[in-house]
Amino acid sequence: MNTALCFIRRLNALTIKEFRQIARDSSSIMIGLVLPCVLIFIFGFGLSLDVNDIPIAVVMEKASPSARSILSGLNGSRYFSPRWVSSMHEAELLMHNHDVSAILRTGNDFDRLMQQGRGEIQLILHGTDSTTANLIQQFCTAAIGVSVQKELDRKGNLGRMTMSWAANLQPKIWFNEASTSTWYLVPGLIVIVMTLVGAFLTALVMAREWERGTLESLFVTPAGRAEILLSKIIPYFLMGMGGLLLCLAASRWIFEVPMRGSLLLIMLSSALYLVVALGMGLIISSVTRSQFLACQAALMISFLPTVMLSGFLFDLRSIPAIARVAGSILPATYYMEILKTLFLAGDNMSIIIKNNAALAGYAVLLLATAVRFIRKTLD
Amino acid sequence: MNVESVRGSSCDAVHAQGLTRVFKTKNTQVTALSSLDLRISSGTMSALVGPDGAGKTTFLRMICGLLTPSAGRLTVLGLDPVREKRTIQARVGYMPQHFGLYEDLSVQENMKLYADLNDVPPEIRTERFARLLEMTDLKSFTDRPAGKLSGGMKQKLALACTLVRSPELLLLDEPSAGVDPLSRRELWEIITSMVQKEHISVLVSTAYMDEAERCSMIMILHEGHLLRCGSPEELKKLTDGLCRRATVPDSLSARTFQAMLLDNSDVIMDAVPEGANVRFVLTSPEIKTEEVLQSTVSLPLRCVPANPTLESSFMHLLKNVAKNTVTVQDKIKHAESCKADNNAAFNTLTAAAKKTSDAVTSLQQSEIVIEVRDLVRRFGTFTAVDKTSFEVRRGEVFGLLGPNGAGKTTTFRMLCGLLPATSGYLNVAGENLRSATAQARSRIGYVSQKFSLYGNLSVMENLRFFGGVYGLPPLILRQRIQEVLDQFELTGHENDISGSLPGGYKQRLAMAAGLLHRPEILFLDEPTSGIDPLARRMFWRQITSLAELGTTIVITTHFMEEAEYCDRMLIQDSGRMLALGTPSEVRRLGGNSSTIEEAFIHIVRQARAARMAAGDA
Repeated sequence: MNTALCFIRRLNALTIKEFRQIARDSSSIMIGLVLPCVLIFIFGFGLSLDVNDIPIAVVMEKASPSARSILSGLNGSRYFSPRWVSSMHEAELLMHNHDVSAILRTGNDFDRLMQQGRGEIQLILHGTDSTTANLIQQFCTAAIGVSVQKELDRKGNLGRMTMSWAANLQPKIWFNEASTSTWYLVPGLIVIVMTLVGAFLTALVMAREWERGTLESLFVTPAGRAEILLSKIIPYFLMGMGGLLLCLAASRWIFEVPMRGSLLLIMLSSALYLVVALGMGLIISSVTRSQFLACQAALMISFLPTVMLSGFLFDLRSIPAIARVAGSILPATYYMEILKTLFLAGDNMSIIIKNNAALAGYAVLLLATAVRFIRKTLD
Repeated sequence: MNVESVRGSSCDAVHAQGLTRVFKTKNTQVTALSSLDLRISSGTMSALVGPDGAGKTTFLRMICGLLTPSAGRLTVLGLDPVREKRTIQARVGYMPQHFGLYEDLSVQENMKLYADLNDVPPEIRTERFARLLEMTDLKSFTDRPAGKLSGGMKQKLALACTLVRSPELLLLDEPSAGVDPLSRRELWEIITSMVQKEHISVLVSTAYMDEAERCSMIMILHEGHLLRCGSPEELKKLTDGLCRRATVPDSLSARTFQAMLLDNSDVIMDAVPEGANVRFVLTSPEIKTEEVLQSTVSLPLRCVPANPTLESSFMHLLKNVAKNTVTVQDKIKHAESCKADNNAAFNTLTAAAKKTSDAVTSLQQSEIVIEVRDLVRRFGTFTAVDKTSFEVRRGEVFGLLGPNGAGKTTTFRMLCGLLPATSGYLNVAGENLRSATAQARSRIGYVSQKFSLYGNLSVMENLRFFGGVYGLPPLILRQRIQEVLDQFELTGHENDISGSLPGGYKQRLAMAAGLLHRPEILFLDEPTSGIDPLARRMFWRQITSLAELGTTIVITTHFMEEAEYCDRMLIQDSGRMLALGTPSEVRRLGGNSSTIEEAFIHIVRQARAARMAAGDA
């Protein structure tokens, strides 16, 4: 009999079976499609690391036109919602109740000192949330710096001195000018979704076959391990790519993240990473052979490290050496770097080739291991 | 010589020489099969029989190449199952104990999947599918997901999936485990007709003697060793002249009489109730049966020789092994404890016998502990239990029987208070379950079908836990634990991890846990599935003692011969009551059948035919 034809026929039968199971089992759809959507919204809107409409108290101890003009720079900013109060006492009260996160204050003699080029504005920060406090400080100095500059330009005097002052404060952030956290969260989100579908879901469905004894029946049919493995890889590969498209659509039309590199490169690298994740999932399920253990293992081995150590939340250079080493073992780290580069910096071919080579190495290694683990025996 | 051996092996379906398989875990080593030598000639039907853990599944898995032998040689259809695995798998059909049906896929889709995987050419499919669906009676369910089929239908579908092509050798691993008598009979009709039409060699493992008897060769395995191998006739000869049948005296119940005979283990090897008679097997043909009976029941009893059965020979072989494997020290200890046990049991029994003489007549008057009137349970539009009424009296053993999906489990769950009834009156241990579930629950014990204790806790820890759950005070709990450990012969195993105990021990531990709080009523859901006949005898012996002491027992089972132990039984199908009565009454209702199994099948088939006729009219 024609062996190639039989191979195709068996592979086809197994793949169709897998698709039917996905369609009829709501839990696969939950993990594969609904969960990515939920993650997009949680990470996109809930976990924003930006400051927006921060309540801030503004105190002018003595009303002066230049102070008013400088401080009013905050009014137009989308980062702050200033509350003008008449006394320091009132501002402190608001601060104690955490109704405001910061106080901006100009002294009695602000005008006079300003004339001398020694104008001082006091910024008091609510330090319970240090990340937000830092951001407020940065944004305040930037915003005030701009309005001070404008004020000085308008007055036309003492320009030289304050120009240098203002120049020192001008923040400059590369690749993410808006400093919008969604810009770097969204590429990270794609990594998470791909890991979830590739490793987590695949480990679960394969472990389910062990648990229900369906693999024992499959093993005695002429279907070889190539067919069995491919029939698991194909549907979940497609599902993972579906998740990728969802994320790409969300990043383009909901979060308006720029895409500086080529879409084709993003798709190709993602496909490569998906194969790596599928390999991990298949290995996990073959070793554990139970859904519960596979779920735990997939969470511990693939999902959590991807969130914590791949550079999704923290820059890998700023974490302890041991965590950095652990992170550099993770395939997700390489994929994360590719995505961040492609999204925010553009086609930097040396970075992309280097990281893709690492992913390709992982793909070969993990798939070979998966094939070895599934031996068509129950030993 | 050489030529002959080659030819000899080529016409053998399976040939094992010194076949051994050892399973190693971290610190234990289990020998599942040890130096097995056997030959199964092709074109025959052979049976593998043996208690749990005998190595049946291991042997079948090695034949189809799923496990590799640790030592020895195995040839299947003249091929090596390790090196030529794929060739063998293309020629062998294997139906594992838990066949891998995809529960989300429909009957049709499952069959198509297995046809594709087995490279069945499309041109022969239509005809073969039609034939298989016809035989399995699944024609009208082709679109139903496999997960929504009843247990019996699932097994039939699994068999159909295994037979989508015609294998040279068919391996069946306990195909009828957990299947009701009706579906079991249908399964065997399919197997025999396929074998005749397509000349398939069959190797089947089973716990049922009547199934083994259909085969031309039976191999009895025990703890990895081949005990005996031969045709059913050869095996039956082992107990030729040892079997007797005696009529149960009027003053005793069949169960009590059987227990008294069984306790006389020096001269009587085995005893089983059979309606108004008890069948028993003597340890030697010289024994004067009448004298034995006289001394056992102190009554002159008539006794006739009976034909030997496969089961009596099987028990004979197992008991011999059990005797030989017990070490001397254990034997002495065991003998002493047995004697003490026997004496105690005997005393209670003779006392009980006296009581029962009154009790049998007064059973009608004794207190009703379970009363069910017009009980109905619906799930959506589906009626699982329809207008069921019965009552159970104190000290009765009451059986709930029925095909898979008959409503047994639903009835059972309502009685235990696990499931509320849709309508009807339900009184258990004097409590109306619809209003006072908690009180009623403290007076009932429940042993579920699956092992529901904590596998990673020790025997003692499990018992302490369940005692705690039932709220027993520490002192009483300690005393009760000691009592149940003795009662169920678990002493010495207190610190063993429950999950690693053999099947029979697990079952006893589950019983012990269910009885800690001295329930008035004990509910047992298929307690004997998957345990060997020796353990089963012991189980029923304990049930008899419990009933004598006034515990009411409600039990479900698929082993119809176990229904003989019940005082009365209820037969259900499709949620409706079909028969209610004593074993003799049920036999009469079932067209005066000789066995409960036949009576059961007769009753269910008749009711189904009547309903079909009513539906057509």
